[in-house]
Amino acid sequence: MSDQAYNFAYLDEGTKRMIRRAILKGIAVPGYQVPFASREMPMPYGWGTGGVQVTAAVLTPGDVLKVIDQGADDTTNAVSIRKFFQRTAGVATTERTNEATMIQTRHRIPETPLTGDQILVYQVPIPEPMRFLEPRETETRRIHALADYGLMQVRLYEDIARHGEIATSYAYPVEVAGRYVMDPSPIPKFDNPKLDDCPAIQLFGAGREQRIYALPPYTHVRSLDFEDHPFTASKADHACAICGSGTSYLDEVITDDAGGRMFVCSDTDYCAQNAKGGA
Amino acid sequence: MALLDASGGDIFREEEARMTSSSSKYPEPDGPLLSVRSVTKRYGARIGCEDISFDLWPGEVLGVVGESGSGKSTLLGCLSGQLRPDAGEVLFDTRDRGPVDTLRMSEPQRRHLARTDWAFVHQNPRDGLRMGVSAGGNVGERLMAGGARHYGRIREAASDWLGRVEIDTGRIDDRPRQFSGGMQQRLQIARNLVSGPRLAFMDEPTGGLDVSVQARLLDLLRGLVRDMGLSAVLVTHDLAVVRLLADRLIVMKDGRVVETGLTDQVLDDPQHDYTQLLVSSVLQV
Ligand SMILES: Nc1ncnc2c1ncn2[C@@H]1O[C@H](COP(=O)(O)OP(=O)(O)OP(=O)(O)O)[C@@H](O)[C@H]1O
Ligand SMILES: [Mg+2]
Ligand SMILES: [Zn+2]
Repeated sequence: MSDQAYNFAYLDEGTKRMIRRAILKGIAVPGYQVPFASREMPMPYGWGTGGVQVTAAVLTPGDVLKVIDQGADDTTNAVSIRKFFQRTAGVATTERTNEATMIQTRHRIPETPLTGDQILVYQVPIPEPMRFLEPRETETRRIHALADYGLMQVRLYEDIARHGEIATSYAYPVEVAGRYVMDPSPIPKFDNPKLDDCPAIQLFGAGREQRIYALPPYTHVRSLDFEDHPFTASKADHACAICGSGTSYLDEVITDDAGGRMFVCSDTDYCAQNAKGGA
Repeated sequence: MALLDASGGDIFREEEARMTSSSSKYPEPDGPLLSVRSVTKRYGARIGCEDISFDLWPGEVLGVVGESGSGKSTLLGCLSGQLRPDAGEVLFDTRDRGPVDTLRMSEPQRRHLARTDWAFVHQNPRDGLRMGVSAGGNVGERLMAGGARHYGRIREAASDWLGRVEIDTGRIDDRPRQFSGGMQQRLQIARNLVSGPRLAFMDEPTGGLDVSVQARLLDLLRGLVRDMGLSAVLVTHDLAVVRLLADRLIVMKDGRVVETGLTDQVLDDPQHDYTQLLVSSVLQV
């Protein structure tokens, strides 16, 4: 049962309505960063306050919630957010991707394909993909308004000039529905193809920066690239040491002091199911 | 888009009515590249520039001289779409639609023009360069903004332009921070000219550089203007610079044009008292 000291899912109804309006606007204009009045949450910025507010605003009592941090359900951040909603909303939780109706994530998209009955909420640290090239927000807003994205391409050019290839491997910029350029949050670029044509609703919340943006179901999402340096969704060239998967995204894990290492799925639920032969 | 239109008000609506009623005042197809008509800009009660009119012909370099505060930069800002004048017209002979008043264009149209057919060279390279982006990226940006998506060809063009402005192509991946002032200025020029513009706005392009560096830059500019058939409006208070580069001059004082003519004529036989003073004070240096 939820803690009665709080409104359902912590936020008051007025705040939720304000956030829902921002979400609806985001869905109506895919990839556009909608400003919203981010609230203080009982956790520090950088711990997913944007994602938590979005989740709180769309969560219903019947939802089944899954929370992952870099693919894992059992990390401190994921556990504390899951507990937060258990306590303030009393919702059921799960570690199974296919049982969840809402998934809040930091830095990964689950390996198990999402469905039209699910909502994926991303925690976003820096919503503006051009932040480090153009610090003036007046200018980046103008660039988005006019779809004047030469500067975005310059960022990739610089990558190739410096590293011989597009070295950006996280937060790889995408073009949404042929219009807005968007930062997909620091997911590995391996996950980028999953953004495209996804049946689930994808919502992005940046707490400190007070921005929400969204991808409605089945939105076309294209990773930026050059003709002679096409986008590739790369991963470590190994199979998972636990479940043997050759297709899932892997983390490198140090196993002992002697420099021993192995590669295992970053998506813990997928790995467990796959090991059982049921993924 | 509403940003620049907000201050337009009635003046622009009046202009619009006038323009649609009489098309005869447009220049003929092979008329001037730029026609400036009665451009006025005030800062509150203070005059920035007032009632400025002139034509700039294809391939022509017009020098704008005058003492500090005479309104040169204000005028240049009005012409290049960076400032919104209170009154006047700036007709640019666009490639596809002929002469169009750039002040009445939508912002996307003006931006497009500014990064394809126009160049703007700032006195301080920091204002015209991305200091955190490599030389190649700086030069390539316009191409990418125009839709270029082939890395190899963008790099080739950048490298070619570095050569044309006499920057060692081996420095293509260095950032402008590591360049001397003169190199930064040449990089700014390459970054602007890579799109093959027809009109360049330059505000004191050689200011802040020492004399030998200035001379080399002027030489380079003169060559580029000639080779590309570039038209330019060149603002400076340095009469030696206009002597070398400008075909014609306008002399400004207190926001107004006091004298205009061929460069040699104006400099060798100044008519207006103020121009005489300007010329003689330089000669004494
Ligand atoms: N942003 C501004 N706000 C108020 N007044 C301004 C502004 N910019 C320029 N002015 C005034 O407008 C007049 C013309 O200034 P402008 O900068 O165009 O002169 P300039 O000829 O370029 O001078 P300089 O040779 O020093 O660059 C001056 O009186 C100046 O003080
Ligand atoms: Mg000036
Ligand atoms: Zn595995």
